[in-house]
Amino acid sequence: MSARTKAIAKSNKAVAKEIRPELSKSLSWKTDWRRNKGLYFLFLPVLLWYLIFQYGPMCGLLISFQNYKPVKGIFGSPWVGLKNFKDFFTNPFFRRVLVNTIRISVTNLIFSFPMPIILALLISELRSKTYSRIIQTVTYIPHFISIVVIVSILMDLTNRNGAITNFLVHFGFTRTTMLNEPKYFLPLYIISGIWQNIGWNSIIYLSALLSIDAQLYEAAKIDGAGKFRQLISVTLPGLLPTIIVMLILQVGKSFNVGYEKIILMYNPLTYEVADVISSYVYREGLINMNWSYSAAVGLFNSAVSFALVWATNKFSKKVSGSGLW
Amino acid sequence: MDRAIRNEIKELKKPVKVRRTVGEQVFFAVDIVLCTLLALAILLPLLNIAFKSFSDPYDVMASTGLYLWPHNPTIQAYKLVFKNPNILTGYMNTIFVVVCGTVLNILLSLIGAYVLSRKGTKLVKFFTLMIVFTMYFQGGTIPFYLVVQALHLTGSRWSLIIPVGINTFNLIVMRTAMASVPDSLPESAMIDGAGHVRILFSIMAPLTKATVAVITLYYAVSHWNSWFNAMIFLHKKNQYPLQLILREILIQDETVTAGGMDALMTSSDTFKYATIMVATVPILCIYPFLQRYFVKGVMVGAVKG
Repeated sequence: MSARTKAIAKSNKAVAKEIRPELSKSLSWKTDWRRNKGLYFLFLPVLLWYLIFQYGPMCGLLISFQNYKPVKGIFGSPWVGLKNFKDFFTNPFFRRVLVNTIRISVTNLIFSFPMPIILALLISELRSKTYSRIIQTVTYIPHFISIVVIVSILMDLTNRNGAITNFLVHFGFTRTTMLNEPKYFLPLYIISGIWQNIGWNSIIYLSALLSIDAQLYEAAKIDGAGKFRQLISVTLPGLLPTIIVMLILQVGKSFNVGYEKIILMYNPLTYEVADVISSYVYREGLINMNWSYSAAVGLFNSAVSFALVWATNKFSKKVSGSGLW
Repeated sequence: MDRAIRNEIKELKKPVKVRRTVGEQVFFAVDIVLCTLLALAILLPLLNIAFKSFSDPYDVMASTGLYLWPHNPTIQAYKLVFKNPNILTGYMNTIFVVVCGTVLNILLSLIGAYVLSRKGTKLVKFFTLMIVFTMYFQGGTIPFYLVVQALHLTGSRWSLIIPVGINTFNLIVMRTAMASVPDSLPESAMIDGAGHVRILFSIMAPLTKATVAVITLYYAVSHWNSWFNAMIFLHKKNQYPLQLILREILIQDETVTAGGMDALMTSSDTFKYATIMVATVPILCIYPFLQRYFVKGVMVGAVKG
């Protein structure tokens, strides 16, 4: 915001104060309570749910500074400072899970993120409304299929005699169960992700495309702009705010790589390329019962995610002037 | 003479053709081809499963490619699926979780959205901040598990319902919808003596019913498809929801019943395909009816809180 706009906003506020004094005078706590008591009581179940199931686990993160023993509980377990974090950073697995997390999320960002935008552009250019509706309906379907079923379809198509394997064998590919081979894990993970989400994620861009003023296109046409020029000069600038918000959200999510899918897809043969921070947390915590250690790894994960969202937001605000908050 | 006039009329009736440049024509053709290819890439693997589930198991066993129609149609596999006790209890558990879970979700989301959309209260801003913060920072799996365990919910089907009582994203979408209802409506109801609960359920909910419908679908689908919480919270097989049973059958490759022909059949591919169909088709039947509302549920403004 420039100094000028700030000054205008300030003077507007002053004017508003003069016209409606009750707006600026904030209510005293007592009046507020008397007036909105009913509302606050109504909110109680929601508030409790958030305190217990969202803020409860956040407080539970304290165990990552302890040597937590279930029998002693969070109040009786001994404090160990940063030991769990040191253990994680010096663990040989640290490098593996960090590299895998970054590799999977960066690849995902590069290949999966633009796909729904491209699809939205293709759908919006279709002349026939019926056909565009059919394409939308079909591409939304996989979003409603459970990840268990998606992974099992993938396994079925890529096993030794699967349809995809058979197809690839024609092109000089060695016949193998693809999900047991580390080198195929990443492509299969990314492609199946695109397959499942391309349609659903395009909805948001389609609705953004609809809100671009049609006059802009006509003006561009009159000025002699072809399809490609219209795309660059009208469509993309119109889509930019949506793209930026989605990008920030995506970057924020990137450290929580869809571990449910990873856990279903990987096996000991592919751990070296497939194991990410969140799947590691799951194995260490819920299978090996290293509560404190895995909570520390989880805290590291959450903290990095939060920092990423914060940094991307800051960056995009500086560059394009729009962000999440 | 007559003919000439008729031809002229015909000519006039023809829709005016917008002249397109060669470049544009190529563009539209490529566009249609790309969209069709994508649609096929999505449909063929799914149809393959549907057709194979109705085919002869021995034929499927020997097959190497995608099926474009059922081979020697039979419903043998489905008979076995519906005889399987695990799948039946899984179905019942899933229905229980979907129904109870979605009702709780909608209740909490309506209440939360209503309160968060009220203006002129001191605490609401704080509540909003507190709720939006949880979208960007979470305690993580392990402390979450310990909280649920401390509440003695593990080992009960309620562990699949109460801990996921609210999805913050859905709550905020709902709040945005309610905030767009003109203030005069609830205000006039309040003057007529209606309380908050009455205003919420008789005015706000009906006015935002398109969003309520979409949110209901989102919640129901996520309950229907979830398996991870069931895997970590439940210990008894008779409490497992369908997706967890599916995981055992499809991914861990467990043979379900012992003995004879049935055992061979239950480990066969057609049995797996039929199981997928039975678990997936019900949820796919609902969504086309709500499709026109989807855009409402994914507004970007909603995310910005």
